[in-house]
Amino acid sequence: MTQKLVVIGAGMASGRALEELFALSPDAWEVTLFGAEPRGNYNRLMLSPVLAGEKTYEEIVTHDDAWYRDNRVTCRFGEKVTGIDRARKVVISEGGETPYDKLIVATGSQPFIIPVPGKDLPGVITFRDLDDVNRMRAAAAKPGAKAVVIGGGLLGLEAAAGLQVQGMEVTVLHLMPHLMERQLDPAAAYLLQKELEGRGIRVMCKADTGEIMGETQVEGVRLKDGTEIPADIVVMAVGIRPDTALAKEAGLAVGRGIHVDDQMVTSDEDILAVGECVEHDGNVYGLVAPLYEMGKVLAKTLMGEAAAYKGSVMSTKLKVTGVDLFSAGDFAEGEDRDEIVFRDPSRGVYKRLVLREDRIIGAVMYGETADGNWYFGLLKDKADVSEMRDTLVFGAAFQGGARLDPMAAVAALPDDAEICGCNGVCKGQIVSAITEKGLTGLDAVKAHTKASSSCGTCSGLVEQILQMTLGGDYQAQTVKPMCPCTELTHMDVRRLIKSQQLKSIPAVMQELGWKTSCGCASCRPALNYYLLCDWPGEYEDDYQSRFINERVHSNIQKDGTFSVVPRMWGGITNPAELRAIADAAEKYNVPTVKVTGGQRIDLLGVKKDDLPKIWKDLNAAGLVSGQAYAKGLRTVKTCVGTDHCRFGTQDSVGLGIELEKKLWGSWTPHKVKMAVTGCPRNCAEATCKDLGVVCVDSGFEVHIGGAAGLHVKATELLCKLTSEEAVVEHCAAAIQLYREEAQYLHRMYKWIDAVGLDHVKARVVEDAESRRALADRFYYAQRFMQQDPWSERASEGVHAHEFAPLAEIA
Amino acid sequence: MTEWVDIGALEDIPVRGARKLKTPIGCVGVFRTAANEVFALVDRCPHKGGPLSEGIVHGRAVTCPLHNWVIALDTGLAQGADEGSVPTVPVKLAAGRVLVDRGAVSLAQAAE
Ligand code: SRM
Ligand SMILES: Cc1cc2nc3c(=O)[nH]c(=O)nc-3n(C[C@H](O)[C@H](O)[C@H](O)COP(=O)(O)OP(=O)(O)OC[C@H]3O[C@@H](n4cnc5c(N)ncnc54)[C@H](O)[C@@H]3O)c2cc1C
Ligand code: SF4
Ligand code: FES
Repeated sequence: MTQKLVVIGAGMASGRALEELFALSPDAWEVTLFGAEPRGNYNRLMLSPVLAGEKTYEEIVTHDDAWYRDNRVTCRFGEKVTGIDRARKVVISEGGETPYDKLIVATGSQPFIIPVPGKDLPGVITFRDLDDVNRMRAAAAKPGAKAVVIGGGLLGLEAAAGLQVQGMEVTVLHLMPHLMERQLDPAAAYLLQKELEGRGIRVMCKADTGEIMGETQVEGVRLKDGTEIPADIVVMAVGIRPDTALAKEAGLAVGRGIHVDDQMVTSDEDILAVGECVEHDGNVYGLVAPLYEMGKVLAKTLMGEAAAYKGSVMSTKLKVTGVDLFSAGDFAEGEDRDEIVFRDPSRGVYKRLVLREDRIIGAVMYGETADGNWYFGLLKDKADVSEMRDTLVFGAAFQGGARLDPMAAVAALPDDAEICGCNGVCKGQIVSAITEKGLTGLDAVKAHTKASSSCGTCSGLVEQILQMTLGGDYQAQTVKPMCPCTELTHMDVRRLIKSQQLKSIPAVMQELGWKTSCGCASCRPALNYYLLCDWPGEYEDDYQSRFINERVHSNIQKDGTFSVVPRMWGGITNPAELRAIADAAEKYNVPTVKVTGGQRIDLLGVKKDDLPKIWKDLNAAGLVSGQAYAKGLRTVKTCVGTDHCRFGTQDSVGLGIELEKKLWGSWTPHKVKMAVTGCPRNCAEATCKDLGVVCVDSGFEVHIGGAAGLHVKATELLCKLTSEEAVVEHCAAAIQLYREEAQYLHRMYKWIDAVGLDHVKARVVEDAESRRALADRFYYAQRFMQQDPWSERASEGVHAHEFAPLAEIA
Repeated sequence: MTEWVDIGALEDIPVRGARKLKTPIGCVGVFRTAANEVFALVDRCPHKGGPLSEGIVHGRAVTCPLHNWVIALDTGLAQGADEGSVPTVPVKLAAGRVLVDRGAVSLAQAAE
């Protein structure tokens, strides 16, 4: 006798489950299928190509009328089920009650709508079913129409790409720092963003939607930071929530989704559930592969066969035509795991495999994904890949047969194989230059053939050619790479950031072939500085790439407390300031108050939570951060000069204050200390500072490149000047040249050792136009940097999370 | 029995960053990696007690802000040539919330 099976939801999961069921037994069940949508089952994934106009609805229908007829399914499409009466075993809908022996709940998910003002305005569209697609296509038909897509995940980007193809002007707003953060690492997300931007889609990360604007219809989106983006439609694609309302009301066990066991049975033995609406073993799924596996198990359970669903590992592809992207498994970094990174900047390829104990546990690929499924297979099979580790990242085609030795691979290259893509140099040219000219090192090869002299990513290959040609005579070069994440030196990286217009850390890492996916504590602060220096006003500081002192604008002490040093311009203070400092020291129980070697006062031992409070009090008295932690201008020491001293020749105090006020703010490669001293007796120790001014009868001597720390170094004379304005301009220009040219963490003297004092003189002293241009660039950067970090934090709540614990457990 | 206590949302911790959790056994650093994993370590560097939660987070490791020891977040072990370890605290993510094991940070446990 046939039994009655009722199915709620005519979506992808129930569609597949029914196919599995009919395959096992075509007529064991008499099926009634309810669907809230006024149509049968179609391939929901393919809504993206329908939106883009690459497919029609008819092409994506998976079960047509004939199929339902042949399988004697009673279709109740367009009829929403409103209740389940478990005691009487009936489902309730508009058309009355329908009895069941077994019930399947397959209600899928609801798109999540962020609760902001304006969310209910006409023109706010989700992306879940055909009606949504039709609404979007209708909006796109209007010439010049604009769309804002909220959400830079899989769905949002497919919507954005589709709408753009339909002729809309599209902006994607994404809350997180990079696109598709759950599937991609920053490197792959960078390539994706570059591709989308290249198509004319505007992408804004870290964009926090404040409200949707409009009176009777969507007119735009306002971000919490005040930015407004006009829009005719807003597509909400921020995520989905399992649709559990019906199940919850019927009293089934529900967590994030409807609880099911390994047999897909809910807490009621006559009710099964399948698809996105279920929670299995703590997991809910939002992709089809797991739903198919569930459908198979569900069909067997209904037929009384033993089967168990054991959870799924998933892979993701983005269905945007022309974008090749693949991600699977767990691709986080870690000490217990290894990563293999392959980047081909010229083709925009990035591949990263994450291994643990010789097994692939994760993979992210961009630009070349043909091997995605092969890796995914190895991942799912937990295959041991140690035998092919060296060539694994090159893909399936490279496997089989003998292991490939990189040297043998280079030796096997034909003479006309191109080694340096930038300069079009092939292997034969390099080999003959080495043998004919007797070259012995990479630099010589660079000089003679130009190979590896541009982007430098082929330097490894060139070195292998040197090794192969010279054999044992070859000694690898000793130029030190920036850190183990790259072969490039600091100077290579600085040059390439400018020549290739690289404007973010992921951009640098991708285009310059970084060997790790997110750098290390050594390269990240350096890259952050270089980018900040080269793209003022454009590049946004990467706060998490800064040392703690710079993050919280105080020096950390050995016991984890902090020190607070207010500026005392030129070493001058007054009773009001001293009183404010004294009050603050008492109020916050500062254990040590010390006069520093930099002519100001240090409050040592302040608790981190108190920092914003003590800053607020000091700010109120006009005191600002002395940036005693900064790689930037620290102090300008002065001596009393003509104001009081019988030997003073110029107003050293006035000039010192002027210099400090003009030059504080911008980040520099390392700290910068200055002094202005009133006569050659040099009481302010100007001749062991990065920049020192010695006042003399005839004017001012500007000295450069001194230090008195780990190395004591006297300054050298840069120039003699006759006016204060000229001193300020020369100092600003010298600092800017240092900012643009020096390696991170090199004090000025080290930079001058590298470039030569003559170079500095030529750019800063002898060429007035060059000097003015440098000073202009410096002041341009100052427009963004002369902002007291204390007041931002004390009064405007910047980075408030730094100063309070996450929580307290009693 | 593990008792999981909700200490906040994943979003409250900066990506590649950390926050402090005050507990009866002292501060615990709660870390979030670029891949949105969370880890928790007693906030005292095995070298000279530096507050690890103030360090730079890279991969699944943190570099101590005081003298640059690198500590693995998942094991608490010092990396490279340095030797030492710091206790890890069980922590997990559920529906965007961060939970820690109360037992691991309570005094009775610590006294055992
Ligand atoms: C507070 C102060 C000592 C004092 O009590 O006087 C000081 C304290 C520190 N100095 Fe200094 N230096 C201080 C004046 C100096 C001076 C004297 C000067 O500026 O005239 C020098 C020699 C001059 C020079 O820099 O050439 C000096 C050379 C150093 C060095 C070596 C720099 C070098 O390039 O060789 C370091 C290490 C570094 O920066 O990497 C350093 C680093 C430090 C740090 C920041 C160490 C650290 O990273 O934690 C100390 C922070 C202490 C704290 O807990 O706040 N400190 N330090 C002085 C603060 C001046 C100020 O008002 O800002
Ligand atoms: C645009 C888009 C692109 C996607 N791309 C991919 C992709 O590339 N790869 C991938 O793996 N996944 C993708 N997905 C996800 C995939 O489509 C879903 O995982 C899958 O459709 C879920 O199947 P389901 O049956 O659980 O839910 P659904 O397919 O949503 O079916 C549930 C059905 O139940 C109906 N329903 C709900 N409540 C009731 C009720 N009370 N009464 C009657 N009917 C009801 C709903 O109207 C709906 O038709 C995409 C999704 C979308 C929207
Ligand atoms: S001299 Fe050494 S110990 Fe003294 S403040 Fe400077 S860095 Fe610290
Ligand atoms: S205390 Fe952490 S490295 Fe010294």
